[in-house]
Amino acid sequence: MSDLVLQGLTKRFGEFTAVDALDLTVPAGSFFALLGPSGCGKTTTLRMAAGLEEPTAGRILLGDRDITGLRPHQRPVNTVFQSYALFPHLDVAGNVAFGLRRRGVRDHAAEVARMLELVQLDGLGRRRPAQLSGGQQQRVALARALVNRPQVLLLDEPLGALDLTLTRRMQVELKRIQTEVGITFVHVTHDQEEAMTMADTVAVMNAGRIEQLGRPAELYEFPQTPFVANFLGQSNLLAAEVVERGAGYVAVRAYDNRYSVPAGRCRAAGPAAYLGVRPEKVHLAEAAAQVPAGHDSVAGVVTDWSYVGVGNRYLVRAPWGTELAVFSPNTGEGYYPPLGGEVVVHWDPAHAFLLDREPGAGDATTPVAPEPTGVPA
Amino acid sequence: MTVTAAARPARAARRTPYLLILPGLLWLAVFFAVPVVQLGATSLYDPNGSLTDGYAMTWSFGNYATALAAYWPQFLRSLLYAGLATAICLALGYPLAFVIAQRAGRWRNLLLILVVAPFFTSFLVRTLAWKAILADTGWLAGLLRDLHLLAPDGRLLATPFAVVMGLVYNFLPFMVLPLYASLQRLDGRLLEAAADLYASPLRTFRHVTLPLSMPGVVAGTLLTFIPAVGDYINAALLGTVRTSMIGNVIDSAFLVRLDYPQAAALSFLLMAAILVLVTVYVRRAGTDELL
Ligand SMILES: Nc1ncnc2c1ncn2[C@@H]1O[C@H](COP(=O)(O)OP(=O)(O)OP(=O)(O)O)[C@@H](O)[C@H]1O
Ligand SMILES: [Mg+2]
Repeated sequence: MSDLVLQGLTKRFGEFTAVDALDLTVPAGSFFALLGPSGCGKTTTLRMAAGLEEPTAGRILLGDRDITGLRPHQRPVNTVFQSYALFPHLDVAGNVAFGLRRRGVRDHAAEVARMLELVQLDGLGRRRPAQLSGGQQQRVALARALVNRPQVLLLDEPLGALDLTLTRRMQVELKRIQTEVGITFVHVTHDQEEAMTMADTVAVMNAGRIEQLGRPAELYEFPQTPFVANFLGQSNLLAAEVVERGAGYVAVRAYDNRYSVPAGRCRAAGPAAYLGVRPEKVHLAEAAAQVPAGHDSVAGVVTDWSYVGVGNRYLVRAPWGTELAVFSPNTGEGYYPPLGGEVVVHWDPAHAFLLDREPGAGDATTPVAPEPTGVPA
Repeated sequence: MTVTAAARPARAARRTPYLLILPGLLWLAVFFAVPVVQLGATSLYDPNGSLTDGYAMTWSFGNYATALAAYWPQFLRSLLYAGLATAICLALGYPLAFVIAQRAGRWRNLLLILVVAPFFTSFLVRTLAWKAILADTGWLAGLLRDLHLLAPDGRLLATPFAVVMGLVYNFLPFMVLPLYASLQRLDGRLLEAAADLYASPLRTFRHVTLPLSMPGVVAGTLLTFIPAVGDYINAALLGTVRTSMIGNVIDSAFLVRLDYPQAAALSFLLMAAILVLVTVYVRRAGTDELL
């Protein structure tokens, strides 16, 4: 087993740069998720790794072996295509055996049977792809790639076409299979929850570049860029200026309020910074007196409220007009203010973080509720 | 109340298909079934009759044996020439159809028009043009003689080569169009999947492209072979007596010798031979849906 290494990988379509000097190492045997919005270059990256797209620049290595110039059929890499691309003229067993046959493996029947069992399709070997449900087709596509025991398995949004229940079940199955066979999985998705539940390592991609790479918890708890902060979950990002870099803390000023963040949670190099805090790390209090000592706070008015079962989502308008998103888990305790009520929003400075901000850029808070309704300004 | 309301449209829907095929059925009955029965009857008339005296229905099955005994070489030659022409059409037409369907991009429609362009002139004129091209004094024969590819007294015209060439030229579009139709539907992602699964381009063709285009191959070969077997214009214009096909024999039996029973028997034999060959072929090709 060897690592998959992408070095300076670039793909241009005419003037347009789809993948921009990507440097990436996927450790052997890991479950790696490539996460990003539509059109950010995920599929293009996978296609280059599979050999289906020729890179404009850069190299692809498997361990020490440069595979950049190899044709797709020469690479020990297999793909589970977004569209499945099952061969309609072959039955399920024929589809799964395709790669083994082409490599001249004898005795493929036993391998195929074992693989169909692994993806829980035993007994369906004689069916044509058109006679299968979407989830079954997806598992055939998976089996067809996995049976070859490639060094790297590329999965391009294989769960995209499935309904929520089936998606959840397939996520669990995929993870189980990956653990069982120990093959490197590179899983492309735009579903952040899917990436976080399944992967050992998540890379967040944006506009052809990797914005941040790390364990899911690292990315979520301490994002590198405003993009990551708002793509992986949501964040309240307040435009702030660094006013003091003290011992163990960094102090900022935002809208004439002074806030602080532990020095270890500051990524801002210059004075312009975003003060970030996740909606679920923000609490609501009835009055300033109830804010715990040491917490930072903002007073505001509840402009929107929605009940989502596991909790309540609020939008609280700060005095300067920005709306802060707040998520209060439905624990049955705590303060659930009415719409239009005056509240104090507060958080533990240890949960906040500081990111670099383009000078002049305003707040970058994504509203939790799509359409703020309720109290007029 | 609700039952009748629901049942009425259902019954109408069941009737619709029959109504839709009715005009076609009528057409076939008048212009195919009736003539075929008439032809069958003619093939069993008394061979000693004549157009002027009239024919007596004597159930002369012997007509078939006589016809076959006299003209089996032309039968075999027809099958051979048509088979050769079909094979050459497939060899020429498949790559052409593949490129037009999968690679031509915005040139696709133009190329398709070029493929059918010969149809804008008449079959006869096209074949006569080939006669000029292949003529002993034509530039092609001259060039081949200069290159020593053709003996000084060698001919292109009036050879089996000329007849097969003519058949290929005249029937190529019938091969290309069905092939194009099936190759155009071929999903390029399947070819990528095959490459991803260790199939070289050649094996991708063998195991994915070809099987998926089989309906086009079968339709194209049938549309080429069937009319080519019965064709007589190419053999008449580009060949000699030694290259005459069964179509020429039927033609002269009907129009020159005026031997209607024999002409009808030959036509029936040709039909039967084609039917048997096509059935065996389609079974072998594994596209039973076509039958
Ligand atoms: N063959 C091509 N020619 C021109 N542009 C292309 C081509 N293929 C992809 N692109 C462009 O490259 C960019 C990245 O495409 P890609 O398919 O990699 O996106 P993606 O991240 O997989 O998106 P999605 O999540 O929607 O699948 C897109 O803007 C797309 O329009
Ligand atoms: Mg994609």
